Amino acid sequence: MANIKKLLYSDKLAPYLFVLPFVLCLLIFFLYPMISTFIMSFQEVISLNNTRFIGLKNYERLFDVHFYNALKTNTIYTIFVILTAIPIPLLIAVMLNSKLSRGKMFFRTIIFIPALTSVIVAGVPFRLMFGELDTAFINSIMNKMGLPSQQWMLNYWAGMMLMVMVHLWRTAGVNMVYYLAGLQSLPEELYESAEIDGAGGIQKFFYITLPLLKPILIYTLTVSIFEGYRMFGESYVFWNESMPNDIGLTIVRYIYQQAFQRNDLGFGSAIGIVLLLIVLAINMVQLKYFGLFRKERD
Amino acid sequence: MVLVVALLCVIGFFTLFPLYYIVMASFKSSADLFRNGLDLGINPAVMSLDNYKLLFEDQNNIYLYWYRNSILICVLFTIFSVFLSALVGYGLGAYSFRGRNFLFVLVLIVMMVPLEILMLPLYKLIVDMKIINTYAGVILPFVVSPMAIFFFRQYVSGISKDFMDAGRIDGCTEFGIFFRIMMPLMKPAFGAMVILLAMQNWNSLIWPLIVLRTSDMFTLPIGLASMLTPYGNNYDKLISGSVLAIFPIVLVFLFNQRAFISGLTSGGVKG
Repeated sequence: MANIKKLLYSDKLAPYLFVLPFVLCLLIFFLYPMISTFIMSFQEVISLNNTRFIGLKNYERLFDVHFYNALKTNTIYTIFVILTAIPIPLLIAVMLNSKLSRGKMFFRTIIFIPALTSVIVAGVPFRLMFGELDTAFINSIMNKMGLPSQQWMLNYWAGMMLMVMVHLWRTAGVNMVYYLAGLQSLPEELYESAEIDGAGGIQKFFYITLPLLKPILIYTLTVSIFEGYRMFGESYVFWNESMPNDIGLTIVRYIYQQAFQRNDLGFGSAIGIVLLLIVLAINMVQLKYFGLFRKERD
Repeated sequence: MVLVVALLCVIGFFTLFPLYYIVMASFKSSADLFRNGLDLGINPAVMSLDNYKLLFEDQNNIYLYWYRNSILICVLFTIFSVFLSALVGYGLGAYSFRGRNFLFVLVLIVMMVPLEILMLPLYKLIVDMKIINTYAGVILPFVVSPMAIFFFRQYVSGISKDFMDAGRIDGCTEFGIFFRIMMPLMKPAFGAMVILLAMQNWNSLIWPLIVLRTSDMFTLPIGLASMLTPYGNNYDKLISGSVLAIFPIVLVFLFNQRAFISGLTSGGVKG
């Protein structure tokens, strides 16, 4: 009894009890699976309890066209996401923040709404609008303009555009909210003194707004790259059953396909390890040039 | 000024159009939709609620099960996740103890790892723990959120330690200090994390897709994804089911906008 009481009052022991949930979760749901993935990537997993070491064979199989396609799709997708889901919300935020705009709350509300949808729900209207029939919305417009109907979901670049569109539609509101928060914290005086020095709107944007928003821009850039390389849903909603000519095949979808649909957990693990290395490498580059280490030095 | 407002209207239009399109499509049978295309005008004479009836007449109300599963998983996950992450974040922020910095670095490392790569061993683990196809299987592996820990730690570091000492003098246990003194002071942080974690969980796809095996256990995104195949009257239900999946959340958002926006910005950027 006395011991328990002592424990409850001890500020030496208490912190260890507070962090216990993290330590337990880390060991059971992070460290163990991490080591397990690493080991499995060198194994042939015949069933969950029947495995055999096969050395680097799983990694050798990564030099196939499907993995190359998945890596390519993720990379192109990430580039497009960076080129759309950062500048467009930034433009919206700058417009909403300027004295020129009216109905700020109204537009902010509308643009944020898609962020509340799950990616499957978000994909459904896009799937319908870009259907392959002549009666589908986009094709009917194309036909009216005298252009032939397209099979949007069977063309690599059209498919890429669909995924980027769904992503942009869902993320624009979130990034806009981040940028707005950043813009509202910028000191008004800077702009006033710039105006006295004769700076125009565009100059103010490039010489004051952008540099001061840099931390938020880097945050959204980091998130975009991270999300870009682990993308799954934006592809799953368009090509949930089959991916003709690897359209929509991403690294995570390849893991899912090999591990859960073909029961090849060893190969799936090897793909996962490579994904981990890619993401860590990108993180390291970012930390080195923009991130934590830099902040500490400044 | 006209230019800015005009541009905002165009962007607003493109944002709302897909929502308008799916709502209009939900009033039409998919056979009709594919044969004749969608008339974008509002014409009550040809609009029918049959697709919505289908959702509730069919297969033991499976759609209601999805809704219930989604809500229960989201609520349970959010409650446990916010509470446990707050404990850990508080421990890391309020005390100095051996191993604190090491643990904090581990939190940062977990944040940097794409959790998709752990799916396969986690799946094995969930099968071994016999919680496959249960709420626990969906919730447990990710219940302690490193992002939320990070946020709570930052928040607690900003609260004066004098409050804790005052509690000690009044004879509180360390846990009493947390529950009675510090938790009320951390209220804004709790608000932010509830919103952020609930939004993340509500939209999560890949992990529930792996854990939930039978359709009566599906969440809304998983259930709707299972209808993405154009057989039978799947599309009728997919479209009306999607509409009903969006609008309650939009209503919750419209009435709590300020909380959503501030939750998102304080959780994401300042953290």
